[in-house]
Amino acid sequence: MTLNTKPVAVPAPATRPRPAKRTQTFRDRWADSAFNIAAVTILSLSIIAVVYPLYFIVIASISDPNAVYEGKVWLFPSGVTLEGYERIFADSRIWNGLGNTVIYTLLGSAISVTTILFGAYALSRKDMPGRKILMLLFVVTMFFDGGLITKYLVVRDLGMLDTVWAVVLPGAVGVWNLIIARSFFENTIPEELREAAQMDGANDFTFFFKMVLPLSKPLIMLMIMVHVVAHWNSFFDALIFLNDDTKYPLQLVLRNILIQSDVSSAGTTGGDIESYAAAQRIGELTKYAMIVVSSLPLMIALPFMQKHFTKGTMIGAVKS
Amino acid sequence: MYGVQIAFRNYNPVDGFTGSPWVGLQHFIRFISSYQFGQVVGNTLWIAVLGLLVAFPIPIILALLVNQLQSERFKKFTQTVLYSPAFISTVVVVGIMFVLLSPRSGLVNNAIQLAGGEPVFFMGSAEWFRPIYVISDVWQNAGFAMIVYLAALSGIDPALHDAAKVDGASKLQRIRHIDLPGIMPVITVLFILAIGNLLNVGFEKALLMQTNLNLPTSEIIQTYVYHAGLQQAQFSYSAAIGLFNSILNLVLLLTFNWVARRANQATLW
Repeated sequence: MTLNTKPVAVPAPATRPRPAKRTQTFRDRWADSAFNIAAVTILSLSIIAVVYPLYFIVIASISDPNAVYEGKVWLFPSGVTLEGYERIFADSRIWNGLGNTVIYTLLGSAISVTTILFGAYALSRKDMPGRKILMLLFVVTMFFDGGLITKYLVVRDLGMLDTVWAVVLPGAVGVWNLIIARSFFENTIPEELREAAQMDGANDFTFFFKMVLPLSKPLIMLMIMVHVVAHWNSFFDALIFLNDDTKYPLQLVLRNILIQSDVSSAGTTGGDIESYAAAQRIGELTKYAMIVVSSLPLMIALPFMQKHFTKGTMIGAVKS
Repeated sequence: MYGVQIAFRNYNPVDGFTGSPWVGLQHFIRFISSYQFGQVVGNTLWIAVLGLLVAFPIPIILALLVNQLQSERFKKFTQTVLYSPAFISTVVVVGIMFVLLSPRSGLVNNAIQLAGGEPVFFMGSAEWFRPIYVISDVWQNAGFAMIVYLAALSGIDPALHDAAKVDGASKLQRIRHIDLPGIMPVITVLFILAIGNLLNVGFEKALLMQTNLNLPTSEIIQTYVYHAGLQQAQFSYSAAIGLFNSILNLVLLLTFNWVARRANQATLW
């Protein structure tokens, strides 16, 4: 079983030059404009379906919680308040989680990107012994793994429970990314280049650092971003491997507050029902604000990342 | 992988991986004959098949539509917007579901009440788990999956479209006879990959969406492994279930790859 998939080399972005207008029959022109209207309508509705929930969360996060509760907030915020945000920034769990996430993201991405670049380059070299077998072993793990429990036991027996390593090491080398990187090297680094460099006296390491890496900037950017996004958003490894809540990453803190409704941050001090309900509404407000705060960094980075992701998807697009 | 052997042993921490006694298929038999088996496997298949039927074609349709757009600007804008939710974490997406679908203060229930309906406790009802799961999946991932098809579409020779236009083909006919066959290999490969991960996908989300009230439909094989294994420390039993899941998955993958090969379609290997 080998993966014979070759990437499609798509040089240009997903556009192509418009061909010159040609005359069409009346019937076709009618059918085409009907199609255009349908296409634009469907896509516009999809855009609204994607954007509105996010927009609503943003306006709800700065609105008076009572107005949101009574369903008075639809298109514009009402009774603007920043209390939700104030509460978040006063919550030490959030700051702590954010700090941990930054550490896990930086460390984890550095480890993953380095190992993938080295590994994929080695696997792309046709003269590497055992290349086929290694690749086969990697691909097998893509579709067949020992499961959660064995993973947990292995991590436990390596003594990594409750350490940073449990979060950054187990998933360090993603096979999918490895394949993308390998294909990239195979397609962009011609063998002749290496031969020429060797003639000039470069050994494998010099060649890798001085030639391969500078030529692979798009790939390196892609790999960095894939891993930064993945680490920023991941919670599951932390959930199963970490017991110590001072080590929790942001996403796990969010899960506990957003989903498990652990609203102790809302400060339920008052004994009567009235103030309890008010506290709960402010708790909801905090949730809206929390969603905004935790997604904002990636959303701001999105326009910068988009180019690389689109390119990466194309590098990785499979074709037989 | 080495650890898989504990599925066939009675693992206990004192004796370790290799020291615990062999028990053969006992754990597998216990799972298959347990009263949860039908429910858990059924839920897993339901979610997987429903997800595949609904979530797989939508990115293809979106890509075909986006590809036909005349305005480059609108095209770019659509792409960016549709795929931005892919960058929101699963935790936050589920968090969004909880706040928007909240029975008392959520947006959706406010709308329902405005229309004169009764509020629905979405996250706490078993009937709503599957629709919410699939819809949110489409919401989050369809745009990102669309990019692959767009890339494949841009690889189609524009001369084909020109020739078809000269022959008087409408846009719909060109999609049907040029675009679709053109991206068929990509569709097949992605379909096989989707099948190969059929029983693994969405575990994290299902776990996050789980509440005590929706357990009858939300308990899938993987969440069951998590509960039995890590929360109740029945390591061998749940490792056996995990292995069962992996094997089922592999069988599905091999079957569909074989079918694709017989049908002369693109295959994985």
